[in-house]
Amino acid sequence: MIPHWATNATFEGVFAASPVQTVSPLSYLISSGAKADHVLPLTWGVLAVSVAVVAIISILLIGAIWHRPGFALAATTLPVERPSSGLNWLWIGVSLSTLALLATIVWTVKVLADVAAPPSKPSFTIEITAHQWWWGVRYLSADTSQSFTTANEIHIPAGTPVQFRLVSSDVIHSFWIPALTGKTDVIPGQTNEMWFDAKAPGIYRGQCTEYCGLEHAKMQMLVVADTPADFAAWRAHQLQSPAPPAGYAIAGQQSFGTYCGSCHTVRGTDAAGSLGPDLSHLMQRHTLAAGIIANTPQNLADWIADPQAVKPGNLMQRPEISTAELSRIRAYLQTLN
Amino acid sequence: MTITDYERAPTVSTGDGNRALAERLQRIWETEPGLKGWLSTVDHKEIGLRYIFTAFAFLVLGGVEALIFRVQLAQPNEHLLTPEQYDQMFTMHGMTMIFLYAGPILSGFSNYLWPLLLGARDMALPRLNALSYWIYLFAGLFLYAAFAIGFGPNDGWFNYVPYAARAYNNGPNIDFYSLGMILLGISTTVGAINFVVTFMRMRAPGMSINRVPILVWGTLTASVANIFAIPAVSLAFFLLWMDRNIGTHFFDVPAGGQPLLWQHLFWMFGHPWVYAIVLPAMGMVSDGLPVFCRRPIVGYSAVALSTVATMVLGFGVWVHHMFATGLPTISLSFFSAASIIIAVPSAVGVFAWLATIWTGKPVFTTAFMFFASFIMLFTIGGVSGFMTGSVPVDWQLTDTYFVVAHIHYVLIGINVFPVAGAVYFWFPKFTGRMMDERLGRWNFWTMFIGFNLGFFPMHISGLLGMPRRVYTYADGMGWDTLNLITTIGSFVFGIGVLMLIWNVAISYRRGRPAGDNPWDAPTLEWATSSPPPPYNFLVIPTVQSRHPLWEERLNEQPKDQRSYPHAGLVLEQGKEAIGTTPLDAQPDIILKMPGDSPAPLIFAISLTVIFVGLLITTWWLVALAALATAATMIGWLWPERKLGETAEPAVHG
Amino acid sequence: MAERVAIETRLPVGAIDTRASGWWAMIFTVFTESALFAYLLFNYYYLAVQPHLPDTFPQGGMPSLTLALPNTIILLASSGAMAWAQLNIERDDNRRLILGLAAATVLGVIFLVIQYFEWEQKPFTLSSTPYSSLYFTITGFHMAHVVAGVGMLTTVLVWSALGYFNRVRYAPIHIAALYWHFVDVVWLAVFFTFYITPLLGLHG
Repeated sequence: MIPHWATNATFEGVFAASPVQTVSPLSYLISSGAKADHVLPLTWGVLAVSVAVVAIISILLIGAIWHRPGFALAATTLPVERPSSGLNWLWIGVSLSTLALLATIVWTVKVLADVAAPPSKPSFTIEITAHQWWWGVRYLSADTSQSFTTANEIHIPAGTPVQFRLVSSDVIHSFWIPALTGKTDVIPGQTNEMWFDAKAPGIYRGQCTEYCGLEHAKMQMLVVADTPADFAAWRAHQLQSPAPPAGYAIAGQQSFGTYCGSCHTVRGTDAAGSLGPDLSHLMQRHTLAAGIIANTPQNLADWIADPQAVKPGNLMQRPEISTAELSRIRAYLQTLN
Repeated sequence: MTITDYERAPTVSTGDGNRALAERLQRIWETEPGLKGWLSTVDHKEIGLRYIFTAFAFLVLGGVEALIFRVQLAQPNEHLLTPEQYDQMFTMHGMTMIFLYAGPILSGFSNYLWPLLLGARDMALPRLNALSYWIYLFAGLFLYAAFAIGFGPNDGWFNYVPYAARAYNNGPNIDFYSLGMILLGISTTVGAINFVVTFMRMRAPGMSINRVPILVWGTLTASVANIFAIPAVSLAFFLLWMDRNIGTHFFDVPAGGQPLLWQHLFWMFGHPWVYAIVLPAMGMVSDGLPVFCRRPIVGYSAVALSTVATMVLGFGVWVHHMFATGLPTISLSFFSAASIIIAVPSAVGVFAWLATIWTGKPVFTTAFMFFASFIMLFTIGGVSGFMTGSVPVDWQLTDTYFVVAHIHYVLIGINVFPVAGAVYFWFPKFTGRMMDERLGRWNFWTMFIGFNLGFFPMHISGLLGMPRRVYTYADGMGWDTLNLITTIGSFVFGIGVLMLIWNVAISYRRGRPAGDNPWDAPTLEWATSSPPPPYNFLVIPTVQSRHPLWEERLNEQPKDQRSYPHAGLVLEQGKEAIGTTPLDAQPDIILKMPGDSPAPLIFAISLTVIFVGLLITTWWLVALAALATAATMIGWLWPERKLGETAEPAVHG
Repeated sequence: MAERVAIETRLPVGAIDTRASGWWAMIFTVFTESALFAYLLFNYYYLAVQPHLPDTFPQGGMPSLTLALPNTIILLASSGAMAWAQLNIERDDNRRLILGLAAATVLGVIFLVIQYFEWEQKPFTLSSTPYSSLYFTITGFHMAHVVAGVGMLTTVLVWSALGYFNRVRYAPIHIAALYWHFVDVVWLAVFFTFYITPLLGLHG
């Protein structure tokens, strides 16, 4: 039986406070950043040209068929003739089309130049490491003590461009936050750089858009744009190790180390695996399992009890451990603030 | 008959009512009845029909796969298919439609029609023609064998590495796909060479290159493109097979390989291929539509040249499939401009067809409706392609359902609709019977409405951000209703395709007799009987214009400079055809055509065994089959006296 | 029966030199094979200009010309012998045709043998690096073409010995020759890529 996860109800909590919640969270017909602002008019522009062309051709086609009364059902009943050359159609039609195409090329190149570099120097760089099927997020700093790692949720300060370095640990993925930036492929053996920003605080959804295997569909993420003050606070908190657990959760930490620590990291503990997401501040995140379920106690319990039911084929195996141990682990995870 | 003259002056005659000649040619050209004849025939008409039949079978298979995963996508969070099943299903669907249906269906029509359109007795290389079909069939079976045993290709038809590498895809799925594609590539290449040589050498006397039907230009252009493009993909798949099986490092990232190398090779082939599977279909429209407008096409030269221009530009736009891979802005600008400007030759076609209808007198047959609706679908598929040519827009559009909508408007709009029209148009020639026009009307509207209902909403779900190749999606994304409509539409479209097949089946049994030229069409295929005799034309026609059967009424040439559809060279001293010069089509040689032969089938079987050996990496089997293939080839090519290949004392001085 | 008249020009009948369909088919086969080698060499240059492992492109030091250069000359000589054979059948000299074909075939076989020793000498294997994969794959593709070409030459040699050809009927000779000249010429591109470009300092 597959648990009924990812319903509207579970996600409402995530977006309730967000000013950008829409009926279509991945639509790119809404732009919320300077980069997307450059591109969106071009998108609407070429869309308008396209709709106009289809309308004109359709009208001409229907007109061509019906403009002279009477038609036959058998070819042999109508005489054959070459009434007029009709070549004017070609001259006019092709000339007008070519003009529209050339104008589009100019506009395209202009927008390409506009988005090539950010309007101001990015304040810092985030390295995204794509994995089957989640996103590693590392905040880089020249001072390594100021670097830290998180996963599947990217916090940025609103109003400032941020630089991104995209690397893959396995196959090709593609990084996409529709409201903020178009796609950049994440290719193993190659580092792609790009930037984007968010104009206003809010939560924006992202999705992997290069087919990358079984759970390509469920490789999602969130970008959380904070006010500069909130972002500074979040960052300061992330730089610290989580507080040690107390009581019941202490046993959970031991079990976590035994069963989970070879893949996951919790800073300041022996758990230092790198195959799965860093969980140091798990409870600070809005979602679980790479952006696909809201981070609620029930979802967390379902997810660790049977990851294959939630996300079939993902690399986290169903743990062969007792319910009691599972609930201790869950209790520990819930201390990771 | 034992001695072949070195040269001879052929006789010229009108073939009308010459029963003795007809009987003689029938004896020379007909395939012997029974299984042996069936397996060894080299008649282009038989091979063409086999191509069409097989391609339609694959269309139905690919369609069923699509309908199954459309059920999965009809609502959010469906569990009809597991992710693995879904991945194989969408890969098989794309692979089937693009490689096993869309290309071969056009090869089928062209195989059947070319010699008839050109006034020839057969293709230039009839045994190669049979070979091309058999390899196609075996490649298709090879690929479907993988799917049947649960190891269908699962990395999309584009098969990106490194997901296709051994490290991430350990089963035999990708080995099947790689080897099947190479095998299919051999078939396509062989077929393409045959078309090009046929074009160069087999046109009826007087059919200079400015007098061939546009369908011939379309298939010719596609074939030339295939000759240059297929090696890229065959090589890519072979390198991948080596990476997976014998330890090379072309795409292997940790060892220094490059994933983007795959994408370059694949799209250097892939983009020309897209044009290869639409240009001949556009040619069908360019030839069929004017018949129902009762006038020659407007701008013949412009349309023919735009066909060629599309393909030339088509070799320079492959990078538009790679806009998001992190290439430098300057090269993006170049490929963006090229991808946008490639719409110009398409505009030539669209306005030529529109002008042909506007200045003509439309005849409302089912074929006309399919051809005319194609103009609209082509325009929609064209403008969405134009949108993806603009790089910053493409960064948003790519890999969303918008592109899924685009590719289906291209492949269904520009391939399936013209093909359906072509079935209605040429079925009378194939069978001697008319298709049911009333059912045809229903068939057209079902397909047209179903198609647009199913595929138009994909543009919108794409704009609303729905990614491609997802086996499911959450609710609350704004895509639910659109996907439900898409699923309903695709089922309606499926019913439409079944109606086409049904109409073919019943019309074949009890359609109204057609006669030689039921549509009063102008080209040579309508100058012979329906269905045509094995030798196509009693005497080789002589051609003086683009529309030999309309000349009298158009009255554009002096009386003494008109074509003779029923008078010309009599070639009856064995299985003979006329070879003509490449540009002007002046008689150049009397060709001795090969008879039916089991060699193509044996060759195709042993070639397929080589690929089976490679699949199971059993080298002795590969070596054995390679020897068998070589031996078959030598036997096949062994010079024959009756084909005028060996030296003999000249009898006439 | 309708009236029949003979047209004035006499036309050749059967397979005649460059008017035979097989000759045209071979022309386009050579085109598609040329494209194949173009894509093979594209792989080489693409991987060479991308960031690659140190000491590859070339790997194992500058490639030695000791065997490769004489071998190139041997292959070109084979083409020469083939051309001589072609010339002689047009003069109706079957004996020299056979001689020329035999020489071309033997030189082709010698090329293969030397190429085997060239492979043996290389300090890397197919699966060492992308460079080594390219080296053995591309020269291997070429060797496979030489093997096919030698097979063709042997076949037409047998046919010539059987007396199948004379000054009119010799299309198979020209068809096989077309392929063989292609195999020889395309080697120059392969040779230039692997043996000459490193010497020119184009990459490293």
